[in-house]
Formats: sequence, structure tokens, C-alpha cells
Amino acid sequence: MSAFISSLPGAAAQGIIWGIMAIGVYITYKILDIADLTVDGSFGTGGAVMVVCMTSGINIGLSMFLAFLAGCLAGLLTGIFHTKFGIPAILAGILTQLALYSVNLRIMSGSANMPLSVMKYNLLLSLRKIPKSILVAGIFVLVLIALLYWFFGTELGHSLRATGCNQAMARTNGIHTERNKILGLMLSNGIVALAGSLLTQYQGFADINMGRGAIVIGLAAVIIGEVVFGKLFKNFALRLLGVVFGGIIYYAVITLVLSLGLNANDMKLFSALVVAVFLGVPHWKKQLMQKKRTGKGETKHAGN
Amino acid sequence: MLVIKDVYKTFHPGTINEKKALNGINLVLEDGDFVTLIGGNGAGKSTLLNMVAGVHIPDAGAILLDGINITNLPEYKRAKYLGRVFQDPMMGTAADMWIEENLALAARRGQPRTLRWAITRKEREEFREILKPLGLGLENRLSTKVGLLSGGQRQALTLLMAAMRRPKLLLLDEHTAALDPKTAATVLELSDRFIEEGHLTAMMVTHNMKDAIVHGNRLIMMHEGQVILDIRGEEKKKLTVEELLEAFTKASGAEFANDRALLSK
Repeated sequence: MSAFISSLPGAAAQGIIWGIMAIGVYITYKILDIADLTVDGSFGTGGAVMVVCMTSGINIGLSMFLAFLAGCLAGLLTGIFHTKFGIPAILAGILTQLALYSVNLRIMSGSANMPLSVMKYNLLLSLRKIPKSILVAGIFVLVLIALLYWFFGTELGHSLRATGCNQAMARTNGIHTERNKILGLMLSNGIVALAGSLLTQYQGFADINMGRGAIVIGLAAVIIGEVVFGKLFKNFALRLLGVVFGGIIYYAVITLVLSLGLNANDMKLFSALVVAVFLGVPHWKKQLMQKKRTGKGETKHAGN
Repeated sequence: MLVIKDVYKTFHPGTINEKKALNGINLVLEDGDFVTLIGGNGAGKSTLLNMVAGVHIPDAGAILLDGINITNLPEYKRAKYLGRVFQDPMMGTAADMWIEENLALAARRGQPRTLRWAITRKEREEFREILKPLGLGLENRLSTKVGLLSGGQRQALTLLMAAMRRPKLLLLDEHTAALDPKTAATVLELSDRFIEEGHLTAMMVTHNMKDAIVHGNRLIMMHEGQVILDIRGEEKKKLTVEELLEAFTKASGAEFANDRALLSK
């Protein structure tokens, strides 16, 4: 148990970073109503770009910005596959994700793993300075939420929300739904790549597999955030904060079950099953409600 | 003025499901015309409306609105000229967004979406004012999610959104068919009011013969993708459902085999 407690700060730092990634997932999954699997690739793209930029002497702020842009490009590709090629969104994301495996290897000059040592470079976050990392990641969260809160309150942001909510309605009101979907995918993957660049600094390396399963972690954070804080956090900014808390809880739970003796190799199986159950809950709830309705209140509801 | 010139549309051409929906249709709507559009199932009424709205693109022919050729204009681009209300009350509004957010989206129809704040304080006042006459109490619920409203309330809101920026043409596609009779009457009355107050040009598809006669200044009947009856003015006012059925039989050479139309005499 003491091992668990002593590893909690690390879990919190990782949770916040993955929570930032989950905010990207929130934009596609919740606002645009698209399950975008690009993120499994674009997270690693962010990491790869970060390492390559830093090691070639580019300043850290610009490096992170370039990582963000690289993520945007990944989203652009998925958006084009989806809207211009007419490929279903899930498949479009899978295609980009696959393509990004090669792209990420190219960025890292063919190596599957590239170090970014905090001893050599002045990084914002590091495993070796967990309190500072938590603070920096926390500031990123607050700034990001503030920016998104502003953006989704603008005319353009509203038109994005309408696109995700009801496409027929959006087009009827003169909204270019295809362009908006591309824009949303770009923004989302940009944020995901930015989170990738943060994790790369934190763990001190970029890895070709670092984004594997990112969509599942993102969904877990979004769903946990909703289940735990849904009643409390109604405001958009707070809901995004709930997503980040969801990421932290996810990592705390992972740390706990690992400390209880779960084999680390079984971790992904465990995560997938947990997320599947959480995704299933609303569906089962609905079925149960319907059964209740047809079972008991038949006469009462017959008119509806 | 809306000009529909020789428009053809065939769905699934060359397959067993081939359906000639519009068969060289010609139609001119004068400014201020309020046309009610009737016809059996598959007559092409909804296809015609969707063609004007840009959901479908014609195989041949042209559509002009106030002299602008909109035949091949994408749906979102021609939206600035049009107001639309659908049959499904869920379709015309964004359920997860507030009433005022929906209205603000409609208020910016035809304008580029910028990074300016989506709703101004002045607009909020305006929305409250234009919601009041609906008599539904929505003016006090600006920050209610539209998904919480009833079908009738949502349809009234959609109608308001469609009409609020005075479109060149208002398209109503059986917009009361999914409502209960009382709510349907309210929404129809609102439609009449908006069209009259805004001097709008409108086209309303309906399955209810009586509504088709009572509302509007012009009645058009379609059959097999063409206009077979076009009655206006005084002549239309005197029309009865029986005469309409008879006229249909004569013009189409077929019995009016549509239960819904017969049932809703």
C-alpha cells in the first residue's frame, strides 16, 4: 500500500498529461460525435516531433508548437479521408493511424525509440521533478480549457457544436459541415500531439508505440469524468476539467491495480474491458427503462 | 421569384429500384406566393422541395431564385436564401444546444462564422421579443436545452428560426404531419402569421387536402413528377375537397390511391 501511495504523485502527473490528450478526444467524441482513432498515431507524432526538434536545437516553445501543428496535419488527413473520400470516420482514423506509424518512424529517422534527456535539455516536465511537472501540466490544462471555452463560445465554435449535434440543421442554417468536421479533427489531434510532446518530456523519450491505446485511455477519461463529475460540472469549462480529473482517476486506478499485483502485460486487456463496460452502461440503462415502461406503465404511456 | 425550369431527377438510375421522381417539371413562384403542394405518395413533392433546398442536385434543368442560378449550389451556400422546416420536429434544431444558441445560429445564416462572440446581449433581448408572440413561454427559457422541449415547441422554434431573417423562400415539408391535431393547428397558424407579416414567398407540402385549400393563395397538385393542377386566387378559395379529388382523377387519369390524403379530408 505504501508503494501505491508513494507512486500517486507520478500517477497524477501522468494522469494530467493524458487528461490533456482526453480533452482532444472530447472534442471529436463528444462535440463532433466522431470516434476518431487517429489519436493513437498523432499522440506519437507529437512525441516524435518534440524529440527531433529539441535535439536539432529548436527552442522548447517552438518545438511544442510544431508538435501541435503536426497533430493538426494528421487530423487534416483524417478529415480529408472522411469528407472528400467519403470514408466512414472510424475507418478514416484507422487509415491515418496506420499511415502515421510509418510517418513517425520517418520523423525519428527509422528508430523506434529516441531519448530526450532532462540532463541535456531544459525540459518543462520530467519524471525526476514530479511536483514541478504536476504544476506545469496543471497550468497547461487551465490555459487550454480557457482557450477552448472561449473558442466554443464564438460563432465558429457554435457552428462546430451544431455540426456535431445535427448536421441537417447545421447545413440548413448555412454551416459548412464538412469544413467544420475537418477543423474539429485538426484541433483535436493538435491537442493530442501537444499532450504527446508533454509526455515525451516527462518520460524522457519518444517511442513508436507510445500512442497505442490512446483512444481507449481518452475515452476512459471522458467517461469517468462524466460519471463522477457529470452531476456537479454542468458548465463547459468544468466539464473539460472533469475530463482531466477523469484522466487522473484512471491513472490512480491503474497504479492501484498494478500495486495489487496485476501483471503489467494484462493492463491493456483490463483497460479495454473497463472502458467497454462503461460504454455499455448507458445502453443497458436505456434497455432497463424500456422494459420497465412496457412492463408496468402500459396504459399510462400508451398514448406516447 | 423562384423559377424551376425543366427539372429532371431519377433516383437509382439503371437499377431495379429506378424511380423517376421529377419528370421535366416547370414552375414559377411569384414574390409573395404561398403555394400549398399536394399529391400522392411518390408524386415528387418532397423531392422538389429538397431539390430547391440543395439536398439533391437535378439531373437536368435549372433552378433560379431571384435571378440567381442555384441549381448546383451546395446546400450550405444556398441556405442564406432559404428557410426550411422539416417533417421531423427533431431535425430543425440542435437538441444539445440552448434555445438562444439555436436562434443565434439561425440569425447568422448566410454570414461567415467568425471568432466573434456567438450571442450578443442585444440579440438576447431581440430573441426574447420574437419568442413572446409564440405564446409558449419560451422567452423565459432562453438557456434551456432544445432537447427538453416538446415536438410542437421545437417545430414552432424551427419555424421561427426559418422565418426570422426573412428568407427569399420558405420551404415547409409536411411540417405539421408529426404533430397532434391541436399542436398542428397552432404551428399552421404561426406559419400563416410569419408568412403574412414577413411578406414571405413560401411553399408548403401537405397531405391534408383541407389545409391545402385553406392556407396559401395557390394550390399545386403533383403527379408522377409533374404539375397536374395549378389553382390560384378566387378559384382556390371556392375549392372543396371533393372537387379537388375529382380534378385529380380527371387530370391524372387515375384514382387518388392515397389513404392518407383521403383520411384527412
